[in-house]
Amino acid sequence: MPSDRWVEVGRLVDIPRRGARRVKGAGGDVPVAVFRTADDRVFALVDRCPHKAGPLSEGIVQGCAIACPLHGWVIDLETGEAEAPDEGRVPVVPVRVRAGRVFLSAAALGVGERAA
Amino acid sequence: MDTYLEKVPRERLVVVGNGMAAMRTVEELLRRAPDRYRITVIGAEPHPNYNRIMLSSVLAGEKTVDEIVINPFDWYEETGIELITGSQVTAIDPGAKTVTVGGETRAYDKLLLATGSKPLAPPIPGLGLPGVHAFRDIADVEAMIAASGKHHRAVVIGGGLLGLEAAWGLKRRGMAVAVVHLMPTLMDRQLDTAAGELLQRDLDARGIAFFTNGQTEEIIGTERAEGVQLADGREIPADLVVLAIGIRPNIDLARAAKLEINRGILVGDDMRTSAPDIYAVGECIEHNGQVFGLVAPIWEQAKVCGARLAGDDEAAYVPPPVFTMLKITGIDVFSAGALAAADEADDEITLHDAKRGVYKKVVLRDNRVVGSVLYGSAADGPWYVQLMREKADVSAFRDQLVFGRAFAEAAGAPAAALDIAAMPDSEQICDCNGVTKGRIREIIAARGLSTLDAVRAHTKASASCGQCTAKVEAILAHMGGTVVHNPDPPMCNCTDHGHDSVRASILARGLMTIAEIREALGWKTADGCQKCRPALNYYLVCAWPATYRDDPQSRFINERAHANIQKDGTFSVVPRMWGGLTNPTELRAIANAVEKYAIPTVKITGGQRIDMLGVGKDQLPNVWADLNQAGLVSGHAYAKGLRTVKTCVGSEWCRFGTQDSTGLGVKIEQMCWGSWTPHKVKLAVSGCPRNCAEATIKDIGVVCVDAGYDIVVGGNGGIEVRVTDHLVRVATEAEVLEYVGAVLQLYREEARYLERTAPWVARRGIEYVRERLVDDSDNRRALYARFHESQLPVQIDPWRQRAGGAEAHEYRALAEVE
Repeated sequence: MPSDRWVEVGRLVDIPRRGARRVKGAGGDVPVAVFRTADDRVFALVDRCPHKAGPLSEGIVQGCAIACPLHGWVIDLETGEAEAPDEGRVPVVPVRVRAGRVFLSAAALGVGERAA
Repeated sequence: MDTYLEKVPRERLVVVGNGMAAMRTVEELLRRAPDRYRITVIGAEPHPNYNRIMLSSVLAGEKTVDEIVINPFDWYEETGIELITGSQVTAIDPGAKTVTVGGETRAYDKLLLATGSKPLAPPIPGLGLPGVHAFRDIADVEAMIAASGKHHRAVVIGGGLLGLEAAWGLKRRGMAVAVVHLMPTLMDRQLDTAAGELLQRDLDARGIAFFTNGQTEEIIGTERAEGVQLADGREIPADLVVLAIGIRPNIDLARAAKLEINRGILVGDDMRTSAPDIYAVGECIEHNGQVFGLVAPIWEQAKVCGARLAGDDEAAYVPPPVFTMLKITGIDVFSAGALAAADEADDEITLHDAKRGVYKKVVLRDNRVVGSVLYGSAADGPWYVQLMREKADVSAFRDQLVFGRAFAEAAGAPAAALDIAAMPDSEQICDCNGVTKGRIREIIAARGLSTLDAVRAHTKASASCGQCTAKVEAILAHMGGTVVHNPDPPMCNCTDHGHDSVRASILARGLMTIAEIREALGWKTADGCQKCRPALNYYLVCAWPATYRDDPQSRFINERAHANIQKDGTFSVVPRMWGGLTNPTELRAIANAVEKYAIPTVKITGGQRIDMLGVGKDQLPNVWADLNQAGLVSGHAYAKGLRTVKTCVGSEWCRFGTQDSTGLGVKIEQMCWGSWTPHKVKLAVSGCPRNCAEATIKDIGVVCVDAGYDIVVGGNGGIEVRVTDHLVRVATEAEVLEYVGAVLQLYREEARYLERTAPWVARRGIEYVRERLVDDSDNRRALYARFHESQLPVQIDPWRQRAGGAEAHEYRALAEVE
């Protein structure tokens, strides 16, 4: 488990089940999509489909995967890999949930000091 | 013709009866000895040979009479069979070897009796009244269909297989239906009490009323049937009474000819009657004390009798295990062999989950399956029949037996599954028609068959009940054939069910949520996917408009956010402009919003609206709030729903205009906005046949003419251009509104998700749409009423709700980090 510093981004209940929310990064960075599955697992990916850069946070969550809203590519939430026959990968952002609060890896977000 | 065959005197075979047993025997004979006989077939009904089992599907409106014909008239001619229909054989003289038909005497060398059965009709007063029918042949079904069009209330006497199928068919035809059944539980000959009770509960939920323990005393009425009086004093009003309490062998001719009879015409294992040259098969016979009503043993008789007639002196009839299924869509019932343990030596294993409506029972004798009753999940039925037929010892997997094949095979049952390569040629594939894998392979190879229909035509495999279709297809595929187009292909990889079958199940089983559908229909994935979830969400919205809670997470982003996502992740905003009309206030509000929010592009759309492109998601509620101020509302440009009603200026300004097309367009748009449809819907109203609004390539178009309004449907100007079909011409605006609402509702209820009206109309045919809407005015009004019902909960501007703070999480980032 990554033991780095973590940034709190909100409460688990703020993300709809089988839904996603966006976390905007610092100055011009690609935002991060935070997903919540039907069974309350939480994942985070860079919010950018490897196909045509569609915002994955606007897609449909199905099981442990997300379907991109633009052209329907399906991306595995755990690995960031596109489902065959498509090929591509989205960077995964480490995420953890503690006491109903969601934290993202500060290093992956490219931010400094704030610790959890 | 002066051929060889004509010179050789052939034996004369006369067949009395043109039903399934008769013609199956003839086919079996022809397969073995095509030239042995000159064949004459005499049938009492004026039809060619048809599949009587499928009459209930004709009654339910799922099949036409033509679709259940097995051998059309042409076939008799091509095969050289003389066919006499609509005629009764009045006498047989076994001594002189003649039959009398229509006053004419005909000689035979061999005679085949397949006179079938008659409806059992106890001496109930009133049976002869008009409005009382049996459920036995095409004429009965036609009379019942005609009655369902004129009358409202039906009573079916008899809660067995036939009675329930009749009841369901009449219910599907819109009648209020009650079933009177003598016994405490339904289908008591095929089902035990537990399964019979589950069946009654399910049919009750579908709106059929039951009077069990009900002995019919009298059919009341003077001019025609008015009701049914039960012995315990209960009285049930009815305009149509259907008698379906059973059948008895039709043995009148045999009795008169002094053949040996008991309940049926007595035959031996060789299917021969007491007269040496007279054979008999089917429902008219009695063999070893047994009479017959199900198809599997009759096919076996046909096989033996055909072989005997062909000269095979060895062929002998051994009754196969029989099984029953109920042909009511969405109800899985299966029964085979013994219903219960006969004595202490027998065992019953049962699984009963009343809440889920699943019941399974297997009856064992000496560790062999001798019977099974299944309810709610009948998929393992054929496997139990196979175990019965093979007399397989099940002690090794007895603990898992009741859970079905998959579990039992994991526990050591011999696995056969659908491994076509490993399946022996002797394995029976089609239990209805007794066709083995070997026979199917033989025919496919010999004739070079490549489609399911062709295999069915040649072998009859899967042509009766259809349960083994998947196996036949698998054999075909294994041999390199192509599997033919499925009329209702699976929705997605999550399920084997097609759109139509899912929609039917939602209504029939009262499924109220996506989770319930997935569970009831055995979805293979826990969550569904981006293909099935939006479809299921729509089907539920359509089925239960007042109560279903829309699932935003099962909608595409455009419908979830009420704006159209663009390639860069921004959105577009298109306010509604009723009939394409606008005014200075609206235009100022749009201009102000474009400047205030620095919206990069403004464009006029093809549907006479204004599109603002490139709005950030977080700005959407603010833009909408500003537009709302000027009275602008959502144009649903993102929705699978009504997009626009395009109009021309019509009689208000145009020198050619015949009617107020703009005003009518506004009225239509005000009636239709808001509701969800299978796909987007675009309408247009043109003021004259010059058709400036391009109404003839719209989903629904109205073309005004001097005498009124032409309504056209199913057009499309997209990928595949399709010109509309003409539906009807009406005289008033009120009629236009009624038709438009009714067409939309029919489309909402029957099209598949993501199917535009053009492919839908092309698939169903304009004749069908006319039948439902033009010819059937009651149905049109009912559809129109349902359309208005479905509009009530949705005609609320979604932009105003969201500008006021609803669904705020959709438009805001979870967090912004630095």
